[in-house]
Amino acid sequence: MRVKVISRSTDEFTRERSQDLQKVFRNYDPGLRSQEKAVEYTRALNAAKLDKIFAKPFVGAMDGHVDAISCMAKNPNHLKAIFSGSMDGDIRLWDIAARKTVCQFPGHQGAVRGLATSMDGDLLVSCGVDCTVRLWKVPMLKMVDTSDHTGDNSQPSAVFTWKHAFLGVDHQWDGNLFATAGAQVDIWDPNRSEPINSFQWGNDTVLSLRFDPGECNILITSASDRSLTLYDLRTSSPARKLIMKTRCNSVCWNPREPMNFTAANEDTNCYSFDARKLDEAKIVHKGHVSAVMDIDYSPTGREFVTGSYDRTVRIFNYFGDHSREIYHTKRMQRVFCVKYTYDGTYLVSGSDDTNLRLWKSKASEQLGVLLPRERKRQEYLDAIKERYKHLPEVKRIDRHRHLPKAIYNAANLRRTMIEAENQKAERRRKHSAPGSMPVQPFRKRRIIKEVE
Amino acid sequence: MASARLDTEKVKQDAQDELEMKVAKYSRGKGADLKVLRDKKLKAQLTAREKLYGKSAKDAAMTDKWLMPTEGGFLEPENDLEKSYRFKQDDVLKEVDLLSSTKPFDMILPVLGPYTIEYTSNGRYMLVGGRKGHLAMMDMLNMDLIKEFQVRETVRDVTFLHNEQLYAVAQKKYPYIYNRHGTEIHCLKEHGKALKLQFLTKQFLLASINSFGQLHYQDVSTGEMVANYRTGLGRTDVMRVNPYNAVIGIGHASGKVTMWKPTSVKPLVTMLCHHGPVTAVAFDRGGHLMATSGVDRKIKIWDLRKYEVVHSYAARAQSLDFSERGLLACSNGSQVEIYRNVGGHDSKLYMKHRMMKGYQVGKVLFRPYEDILGIGHSMGLSSILVPGSGEPNFDTFVNNPMETTKQKREKEVHALLDKLPPETVMLNPNMIATVRAPKKKEKKTKKEIEEEMEDAIEAAKNLERKKKTKGRSKPSKRAKKKEEDVFRAKRPFLEESKEIEGQPGKKQRVGEKVELPKALQRFAKKPQSS
Repeated sequence: MRVKVISRSTDEFTRERSQDLQKVFRNYDPGLRSQEKAVEYTRALNAAKLDKIFAKPFVGAMDGHVDAISCMAKNPNHLKAIFSGSMDGDIRLWDIAARKTVCQFPGHQGAVRGLATSMDGDLLVSCGVDCTVRLWKVPMLKMVDTSDHTGDNSQPSAVFTWKHAFLGVDHQWDGNLFATAGAQVDIWDPNRSEPINSFQWGNDTVLSLRFDPGECNILITSASDRSLTLYDLRTSSPARKLIMKTRCNSVCWNPREPMNFTAANEDTNCYSFDARKLDEAKIVHKGHVSAVMDIDYSPTGREFVTGSYDRTVRIFNYFGDHSREIYHTKRMQRVFCVKYTYDGTYLVSGSDDTNLRLWKSKASEQLGVLLPRERKRQEYLDAIKERYKHLPEVKRIDRHRHLPKAIYNAANLRRTMIEAENQKAERRRKHSAPGSMPVQPFRKRRIIKEVE
Repeated sequence: MASARLDTEKVKQDAQDELEMKVAKYSRGKGADLKVLRDKKLKAQLTAREKLYGKSAKDAAMTDKWLMPTEGGFLEPENDLEKSYRFKQDDVLKEVDLLSSTKPFDMILPVLGPYTIEYTSNGRYMLVGGRKGHLAMMDMLNMDLIKEFQVRETVRDVTFLHNEQLYAVAQKKYPYIYNRHGTEIHCLKEHGKALKLQFLTKQFLLASINSFGQLHYQDVSTGEMVANYRTGLGRTDVMRVNPYNAVIGIGHASGKVTMWKPTSVKPLVTMLCHHGPVTAVAFDRGGHLMATSGVDRKIKIWDLRKYEVVHSYAARAQSLDFSERGLLACSNGSQVEIYRNVGGHDSKLYMKHRMMKGYQVGKVLFRPYEDILGIGHSMGLSSILVPGSGEPNFDTFVNNPMETTKQKREKEVHALLDKLPPETVMLNPNMIATVRAPKKKEKKTKKEIEEEMEDAIEAAKNLERKKKTKGRSKPSKRAKKKEEDVFRAKRPFLEESKEIEGQPGKKQRVGEKVELPKALQRFAKKPQSS
């Protein structure tokens, strides 16, 4: 007879001293855990509910400007610093953590329309409708001491006056050139008082421009002739141009996939393009009910934030066709500029009501340092929520957002209009010769043509 | 040399096979068939997900050798002449280690019996209920008596709630809930004279069946009475919860076994299992096997996927229980028999244990995570060693027999956070979060009916008639015949479409639709909203 029975001595399965950690034994056998799916589903549901309870995205407002905020720039040297320019010519540097102005940069006579920093964080470029470009040396921030409200008023290190008003500026990611947008695209060297190069394609005003983070000589502009134009600084003429049915207010490259960019369009949508293949948009991001004014990608490249004329800030997944999050407050007016901070946890929006607002990028995220155990748990909850997100109950809770009545009604109206338009097209198709009106996907519908 | 190489190859092959079996266990069924998907994005996402599942299953299989320190028990004869059921408890006791040999015991309590027993889900605590009112709770790890008291009335059944802090006792008139110290916490009058109690751990539901055959479900965390159903099959005290899906199985005097969930008035399943009353029901941990016994001297093993008998033994049993590793214990009079591999083809008697003559075994119950069978009988309680019955490796976060107070508190809170709603009790618990197969289309749409009708009319019109004599093929007659044919062809379709429209025969009252002029509205029967 051979016999063995389970025999556990207490010493082997419990800790020796009270200072020791408890011994943990795992057995992943599915037989031990009955009704696994029901348990996971319940957890996912509870997690979705908790997310709703903890969703407090608004961190605070930064008050100080006396006119609408028109543009912002991030400071690559400091996570908690941000520059903002307003319509009355005021430029301020903010300490986000203290939500206070650190210093001001006076000098512009009219509205400041563009702000950019060099990648080393030492140089701030501003431009405005007073036809000047001003270069500022960024002061070393004494972020610890924020009591001196408006500290040393700095003087511009250079002022360049040029022929036309400026609407936007951007600095190269790798290199020391910067470009301004206005009646034409000008390329500047900070050491020269005149642009080293100028580009023009047609006679329309250029509204915004952005350098490619991957290829430092490529830049994209949007212009009031409804075009998106790609430029290469190494050649003497613009490279390609795309004309849409409505104009784009702003463009932004995806920092992790630098061949892709997203354009914020006047027709309430955002269009993601592959720069190599401009004949159709890759994804149309819908959701806003009024013109999209500004767009900025998260440094992870997985999502981007948009600010709109409809007084909301929305966050989209880079592959998502609808917004993942909608932020609004009663006091926030038309949003003119938005920025993701460099760590991807916060958003800053600047709006018509002279305030900068600070938001969390994940509405229910717990801020501060998490214990490894807390982080694990959060990851687990996110994973099961992702897994059960299609179930009606979880989906309903997860998707529900309260909207101001005006926006809610406007969205309904827009939906009705779009449905009517589609139905009309469908009927016309039915009554026309077969094949004469092919169905065009929405990705292509708003594009007129591509010009080489 | 060559044979050595062959040997190593064989060893490798064996190891591979073993790993594959383990992977199959951890992968929880087959992966989804993604080839039918046309959405490329979704397909890519799901493929990545499936890959991840496969990887985690493989990881679990690879590491389980290191994570699981204890090996399962066994009892094997040395040669073909020995039989494992011939071994007596004394023989087994001689062979096992010292710690295990202290575990079996016989407690003779002749006055207040017969006794029923119950273990907590981690197997640490035992609750004992004597028919004549004796209640005791014991810590089986240290063999401590925690509390013992008399309720001085009939005790029919006992059951632990989520842990040993609370337990329910079915007494003479009502079930009561006591705490660890024997203090009465609640009297559950709504249940009536309960004969049998069961606790659904994940749902926090206490189920009872009373002498009128009424099944009650009560949520013990909120106190809400979730459901109250009449079984309509008379008085019974045979009730068991299926640990796989928390469905309750009840055996009735008519030989039927019915299965219940808290959200349906009718039983989910009614099966005729025996000719004559059912005496015991037990469910396997895997949820696919059910054992029933009846007074018709049969013990039957059922496959719950097909509702078919797998095995039928000619034996009596007053009480049945499945162990965690699939052994089946049956009690008959003073004898306890244990079968092995009852779901498979080579099921056989594994062990036999005979109590003192004249003892009537009332309840057999395997102790979770131990190789021990607890026996409650007319003269007290016993426990015997059954090697290979218990799950050797516990999971600290599922059930921990060595739990500290702090861990217990933590677990209680987590259990309450993860409390399942009563709707999650269903026959197939894996149905949650799957897509229901599209229903067969039963009703045709109006358009389809019309099309079919037109076809039929066309066919009827084109029917060629034989030429007949004596004026029966006059044009007028032919036209009339044709009309009749068309009408006959039409009729079934007309009826069908009538059904769809939902009896249009009833005319709506005309008066209600008419909008009265404003001046006359005050004379209308109901005040019309303007």
